[in-house]
Amino acid sequence: MKQLRPAILGCITLVVFCVIFVVPFFFIALQAVKDRQGSSLLNFSWPSETQLWQNLVDVVQARDYQLLLAYFNSTVITVFSVTGLVIFAAMVGYVLQRRPSKWNKYVNFAVLAGLMIPPAVVPTIWLLQQIGLFKTIHGMILIEIAYNLSFSILLYRAFIATVPRDLDEAARIDGAKPLQLFFRVILPLLKPVTVTNIVVQSIAIFNDFTNPLYYLPGKDNVTVQLTLYNFQSQFSTQYHLLFMNILLVTIPPLIVFIFFNKQIVEGMTAGAVKG
Amino acid sequence: MPTAQIEKKPRKTSGSPYPLWFFLPAGVIYGVLFLVPTFASLYFSLTRWNLFNSTFIGFENFLSFVQEPFLIKGLINTVIFAVSTALLKTIIGLALGILLTSNIRMRGLLRTIAFFPILVSTIGIGITFAVMMHPTRGIINVSLELIGIDGPGWLTDPTLALYSVAFVEVWRGVGLASVIFIAGLVSIPRDYYEAARIDGATKWQQFKRITLPLVQPATATVMILSFVYGLRSFELIWTMTKGGPGFSSDVIASVIYKQYQAGFYGLSTAGNVILFILIAVMVMPLVAYFNRREVDL
Repeated sequence: MKQLRPAILGCITLVVFCVIFVVPFFFIALQAVKDRQGSSLLNFSWPSETQLWQNLVDVVQARDYQLLLAYFNSTVITVFSVTGLVIFAAMVGYVLQRRPSKWNKYVNFAVLAGLMIPPAVVPTIWLLQQIGLFKTIHGMILIEIAYNLSFSILLYRAFIATVPRDLDEAARIDGAKPLQLFFRVILPLLKPVTVTNIVVQSIAIFNDFTNPLYYLPGKDNVTVQLTLYNFQSQFSTQYHLLFMNILLVTIPPLIVFIFFNKQIVEGMTAGAVKG
Repeated sequence: MPTAQIEKKPRKTSGSPYPLWFFLPAGVIYGVLFLVPTFASLYFSLTRWNLFNSTFIGFENFLSFVQEPFLIKGLINTVIFAVSTALLKTIIGLALGILLTSNIRMRGLLRTIAFFPILVSTIGIGITFAVMMHPTRGIINVSLELIGIDGPGWLTDPTLALYSVAFVEVWRGVGLASVIFIAGLVSIPRDYYEAARIDGATKWQQFKRITLPLVQPATATVMILSFVYGLRSFELIWTMTKGGPGFSSDVIASVIYKQYQAGFYGLSTAGNVILFILIAVMVMPLVAYFNRREVDL
């Protein structure tokens, strides 16, 4: 009896969790394989005709292959901004943790401000126009770096505190210059937290909707989340295509989650608790 | 012999091994793209502005926020949304955290399931729930009908729309909250509970006297995080209701976007400044409160 209780409780919880958390995803997948008439019913009935492949082709071809362009744009934005984030945030976190200076309190304040303060949207657009970065992919990359720096710096600072200073000393004795010390000795040691950073930030940036909506308008610059938003109005009578699109956009984070779920959970909680 | 080398080498090659210019690349990007617009917003919120020229009009924009009914509505809704989601995420998150740290089976799987929604695009979630909350054909109301309940128009009833969106936000974020609580709960030493049990403390007493005070840092984190997130929330509201029906579920973030689209850039920026002030005014006391409580322990 004593061993049975946790098992029963586990089963009940599992069922409840499945209903609450899994049903919506099941719903997405189910609608995505239905035909137009089936999906317009919006219900859980088993599809009379599954047309996974047909829906896939239709969604990809919609609006001159807009989804492919969006995948390309989102990937470029994600890869470059995460690369920038990792290098720049690690540099800040490293010096911030290692060297007590009068700048530290300003940097710490800026990090907190970056987490709390909502970005001023229209002034940012105005500024981007002045420097010629509005509606450009590289402008978007720089914006993503600026907005997500704080979180990455927090993760790095906390982790660097656990890297012994003796290693710095040893490298200096061997004649390493600051840049060499950082890139050849320290950065490789930060690999666990770098993986966490890459995973968490790439999901956040790939899923970002608000910033591309403001700073990256125009149909040549669509990102995956924007296609979803555009399709919502276009496909209001073609739910099967809309849900196929959601499914396609959800797959990359899903894959990342399956492989890195430990790092994601660790990173999100560590960053949160230290913040 | 090695000590002599320590003395000589580093001093000569360069000043510190931790040069301050390492702050520079991040600092420039952050300064130009975040700080400059933030400071500029303080000025532009006081103007009538069309991106090319701006006319100074004093506090007129801010006055409209407290006079125009649809703007006041946005202000109130923002607070309601942030408070209700933060409270629910904290309470449900703590409950799930306790459940998932007990000796229940399949803990890992359950944690993964609850955590997953936070990773899916908010837009996708918004669209999915908007469809499921369809007043006549949505599965929520169809299921309710099966057990004889006439479900309301979750997103079409003006008194209900905001809360329906808040519910989805809680659904989305409660997994992260519970994972933060789990991290806090497992750090409480088991001996405390054992000692309390020997002294004859009931489950409720153990929860009140041990769990609740010692999980405090996690509570503070969850509350503050969800509160700030709730105040800034835009994506879910925009995909599910667009602030409607009417202005009944507008929040400041959606007002900012609407005014931007309509070309009222000064008013939109004033919305930004108000949101900033709101966060400062409401979150700072929360932070201070939790800091004081922690010292007391």
